[in-house]
Amino acid sequence: MSRTQNEDRHTAHKARLFRSLLVFAGLNLVVTLLGLWPALWWAMALGNFVLLVIMAEAAAPLVPGTRTHLYEQTLAVGFPVLLLLGWELLVAGGILSPDWFPPPTRIARALWELSTEQNPFTDTSLFGRPWLLPERVAADGAAGAAALAAESHLFATLMRVFLGFLIGTIPGLVLGVAMGLSRTIRTMIDATLSAFYVLPKIAIFPIMMLVFPNPFGEGPKIAVVAISAFFLVTINTMVGVRDIEPVLLEAGRNYGARGLRMFRHVVLPAALPVIFGGLRLALGTALIVIIAIEFVRSQTGVGFLTFYYWEILAPEKMYAGLVVVMMLGVGLTAGLTALERLVMPWRRDVKQKKGKR
Amino acid sequence: MSTDTVDSPHNGAASPNGAAPKIRAVAVGKTFPSSHGPVEALHNFSLDIYEGEFLSLVGPSGCGKSTFLRILAGLAEESSGQISIHREAKPSRPLSSMVFQEYAVFPWKTVAENVAFGLHMRGVSRSERSAIAADWIDRVGLRKFARHYPHQLSGGMRQRVGIARALANDPEILLMDEPLGALDAQTRTVLQEQLLELWQEGRKTVLYVTHSIEEAVLLGDRVVLMTAHPGTNKAEFDIPLDRPRSLKTTAEPEFARLSYAIWESLRDEVQRSIEEAE
Repeated sequence: MSRTQNEDRHTAHKARLFRSLLVFAGLNLVVTLLGLWPALWWAMALGNFVLLVIMAEAAAPLVPGTRTHLYEQTLAVGFPVLLLLGWELLVAGGILSPDWFPPPTRIARALWELSTEQNPFTDTSLFGRPWLLPERVAADGAAGAAALAAESHLFATLMRVFLGFLIGTIPGLVLGVAMGLSRTIRTMIDATLSAFYVLPKIAIFPIMMLVFPNPFGEGPKIAVVAISAFFLVTINTMVGVRDIEPVLLEAGRNYGARGLRMFRHVVLPAALPVIFGGLRLALGTALIVIIAIEFVRSQTGVGFLTFYYWEILAPEKMYAGLVVVMMLGVGLTAGLTALERLVMPWRRDVKQKKGKR
Repeated sequence: MSTDTVDSPHNGAASPNGAAPKIRAVAVGKTFPSSHGPVEALHNFSLDIYEGEFLSLVGPSGCGKSTFLRILAGLAEESSGQISIHREAKPSRPLSSMVFQEYAVFPWKTVAENVAFGLHMRGVSRSERSAIAADWIDRVGLRKFARHYPHQLSGGMRQRVGIARALANDPEILLMDEPLGALDAQTRTVLQEQLLELWQEGRKTVLYVTHSIEEAVLLGDRVVLMTAHPGTNKAEFDIPLDRPRSLKTTAEPEFARLSYAIWESLRDEVQRSIEEAE
């Protein structure tokens, strides 16, 4: 009896999927034939999204349990691909202006040009010319490598993020641990820290320009990135250390852990998950801050490149710059996640369990 | 056989062999500061623990039994009273190791690293400590899981790690703070039996804090009852059940009689602690 019920349900799901597919195809066909896309494209985008959700929901129970992961991957990858496709079609149909919203294919081509061609005026490009590296190093040693690196906008941005992140993170970790462990230090510093935390860090860029001997050099830029990272890391580290389950600290003490050993074997590993949360936030913020600074006050970097192509009205290259920023964010976060897995082996399959939900 | 209520335990309960007690706590009090003024957790509490004795400490929630354990473990300080501990001549052996509830096993260390933790902190060489840890992991039946992390184990297995961690440290006194309190009833029963076996092998001095009267009677040579908040001595019971004990002991009429007698004595205190909480 239950078997027939199951079969009935299966047929019902199939029918629902078929119906929603029919509505989806019919609606789009009618609107296209009547030439209503320019007038209704917003409503259609919304309507098609709702229909997609209904179709996916109808298809979900038909997917066998072993394929659930694949099905979800398809949804995760398929949706952005559909978005890009929709964008492309809207531009091709003359509904979106290619001047302000160049289609994804043109952005992709611009990205390719940006990566391969030198700018004739500034003698720079996105990646520079890394293939010349062995030659230059052979000729001029480290100076040759540095000269080559200066040609690359990506390298400039990466160096600023990397150095700023490092310089801000290390003292942030130290102060955060100190504040987490000592009530006195926490009471003294907490209010000040909160006040500085809410200050938009980009606003202290002018001060940094005054502080450093060369206001237009790398110093002020890296300093602002470092300061942004510092506050986020400090606050998260403090919370991570303060919220350690007291029984774990008691166990450490009872089994003879003191001082540095207590820190290394109990405090640090217990706080690491929250600390890594802070590092991730800090990395994202570092990227935001450096792109903003490169917009206004820099002759190098991905942010500069993006803004430069807006100024000379080359929108597809401006978009290409934004794509690079996004990839930078994804890449750096992936690097941090890899580090997290390396440093916290005991959390590896905990993550996987959560991921499957 | 005596189930005498005593005001001061040193008068009534003499040592089984007349020796001086391993630990003598006299009129211990503990007061915590709070924003509503000082809170008294422990009041005029006295206790003698003898070498090789398994002592169960029972009382209603919040009676300060865990506080007393923490004072003995050196994790807290008494506000009043005296505690004298008769230490062994061997200085390398730690005085006490505590078995906490199962979530006190370090999640970032493998079973083997957890069990070797105390030895590691005391500077025992790597090869020596891993040999000792392996032995204890074997004895608690976790050999196959030595390289696992705690989150890969069940609650009962995690607590066996906690017990092995304490025993591998070879303390003079084993302190146990409701070690089975967070486990389900069946797992708990299995672990009680394992605990009996492990104790039978080593006959270590144990102070065992629990909520469960049956657990206290099954495991202990003596059961000390505490009053509700602030905790002080309520009564004391000798448990003359034969050793070695096992789960079968719970079927003996004497077991039931003792459990009920203790419950009779504790009932008012539990009532009082419930009323205070409301």
